[in-house]
Amino acid sequence: MAILADENTRVIVQGITGREGSFHTKLMLEYGTKIVAGVTPGKGGMEVHGVPVYDTVEEALEEHPDANASIVFVPARFAPDAVYEAIDAGLKLVVVITEHIPVHETMRFVNYARQRGTVIIGPNCPGIISPGKTKIGIMPGRVFTPGPVGIVSRSGTLTYEIAYALTRSGIGQSTVVGIGGDPIVGLSFTEAMELFERDPETKVLVLIGEIGGDMEERAARMIEEGRFTKPVVAFIAGRTAPPGKRMGHAGAIIMMGTGRYEDKVRALEKAGARVARSLSEIPRLVKEALEKA
Amino acid sequence: MKLFEFEAKEILRKYGADVPPGVVIARGEDAREKILEAGLEPPLMVKSQVLVAGRGKAGGIRRANSIDEAVRLVGELFETPIKGLKPRYILVEKAVEHEAELYTAITLDRSKRRPVVLVSRYGGMDIEEIAREKPESIIRMHVDPVLGLRGYHARKLGKAIGLSGRALTSFAAFLQAMYQVFVDYDAELVESNPLGLVGDKVIPLDARIIVDDNALYRHQELAKDIEETGEYSEWEIKARRQGLAFVELDGDIGIIGNGAGLTMATMDLVYEHGGRPANFLDIGGGASAEAVKRAVLFLFEYPKARKIFINIFGGITRCDEVARGVVEAIKEAGGLRKPIVIRLTGTNEEEGRRILREHGIEAFDDPFEAVKRIISL
Repeated sequence: MAILADENTRVIVQGITGREGSFHTKLMLEYGTKIVAGVTPGKGGMEVHGVPVYDTVEEALEEHPDANASIVFVPARFAPDAVYEAIDAGLKLVVVITEHIPVHETMRFVNYARQRGTVIIGPNCPGIISPGKTKIGIMPGRVFTPGPVGIVSRSGTLTYEIAYALTRSGIGQSTVVGIGGDPIVGLSFTEAMELFERDPETKVLVLIGEIGGDMEERAARMIEEGRFTKPVVAFIAGRTAPPGKRMGHAGAIIMMGTGRYEDKVRALEKAGARVARSLSEIPRLVKEALEKA
Repeated sequence: MKLFEFEAKEILRKYGADVPPGVVIARGEDAREKILEAGLEPPLMVKSQVLVAGRGKAGGIRRANSIDEAVRLVGELFETPIKGLKPRYILVEKAVEHEAELYTAITLDRSKRRPVVLVSRYGGMDIEEIAREKPESIIRMHVDPVLGLRGYHARKLGKAIGLSGRALTSFAAFLQAMYQVFVDYDAELVESNPLGLVGDKVIPLDARIIVDDNALYRHQELAKDIEETGEYSEWEIKARRQGLAFVELDGDIGIIGNGAGLTMATMDLVYEHGGRPANFLDIGGGASAEAVKRAVLFLFEYPKARKIFINIFGGITRCDEVARGVVEAIKEAGGLRKPIVIRLTGTNEEEGRRILREHGIEAFDDPFEAVKRIISL
């Protein structure tokens, strides 16, 4: 088991002929991801690393009716169109890697996807990996290893860092999902947690948050209300970031006295999660949680 | 990007709002001539156009009972910094006698993934205090982005803050105009506080719009010089001109990372080990050698950074590109201008390490060892 994606997930790569699309198609194929088709309007008939390219998602699905997910590498201005196309074609999982999509666009396609029963991961995210089974994303595959720990994260590179630390400590992962750093994202912490709660393979959850927003506080409430019952180890980035400053393009900003580091830590600890104050503590806390789980 | 009050009001006027007549005076222009040309009669409001909150309390909004007084206040306000920022523009507008000050705002609710409209009977300068002390006096309504803010939604909100009759319809029309602006301008925030109530109509006495930076390509006409925004320090402005996501901090260790989360965690790690970061610099996802080179050269120049700590975990970012960028920066600077410690892991790591090694730089794999090394230098 895993959540959202496993060895049976068959993937269409939207924007497959671009620099990133092509490069990461190769890496995903090397990882063992079942990529059945690529889509780039106007490039139908080509092949990228042996993967056939079509002009539209619909055409790709005619030839590969078993496809059930897509990953989007399309530039920001055209990405919403690609996402709607995937939703309308009936794909149930759409991973949006693209960054800098206007937030109103994201809001609209995320609401549309919900109405149609499609799960969107991202935008501006590293994607999802179920180690040993499939990788629909841009994360370096070798830092992950199969095992009992689920990870949900708002930050791409920090996810790699933490998964790598776990892997080096001999602790594997069931599924790792990077939900993206934008103000509005398709899959939230709490929705990912609902899926992890039902996944028998996942024994412990690692939650990687950052300052800004209130997603961590909502996760805390979910734990407190008993809607998530597995042990949680959390880490919040930005402890030393000055308030009121936007840290990069990730939307990590502290505004109007909410979303502060201390608020998030307090909420999570009150709910019973263990919060690592340092990156280096995480493997030990996870090990302890696994022993109790 | 934040818009000036006069820009926000101009947009609202275009959408049918009853904005008070006024005129914008740029630094160096003849205030008297412009006020007379605009046919403005006293009493007038003289308002410093700076993009910081709390302008009124800081003395940036003044009332003038004659044109002479307005002219004098314009001169005064041009020389009055508000939170360290001198205005480039002053707005002079007709003072509006009003019976009540309302509050209206539309923003995005991250967790509901929908627009949310906020209205209150009690607007004005103390809205944040009111929000803390009487949260129930601020009424919220989420909007379905497909349906939009319909007339009956807007009327319901007007009723909820005690309006009736023509005041209610005027308020509802204003809210719908605000919503249309919110959508058409890709806004993160559209706010009017205070929204004046004058007899049976509402008049925006102040207005604020923040446009999503990612959507600015669709609103080129609004783009302003970053110096005008007053949000950034001198080095932050320099960095932004070069396309770098940089925030100035107080310490002495220059930080470069990829991804906001990792870069912040790197800052946290440096603090934990007793060091103090001089900045936050995120090269972002998929950075090219060119972008890395620019970042390193920038920190070579940035005086607060005495040494440089680069923490890269490659995903979409490729370690070989990063290594090439570092090497090129060192070449262009004519040598290692400041000590650098690099941690390099992830996509194309081997190639990246090889490139660095050829130039005598050994990259770390373990972030904790790397951070100890930078602190010890």
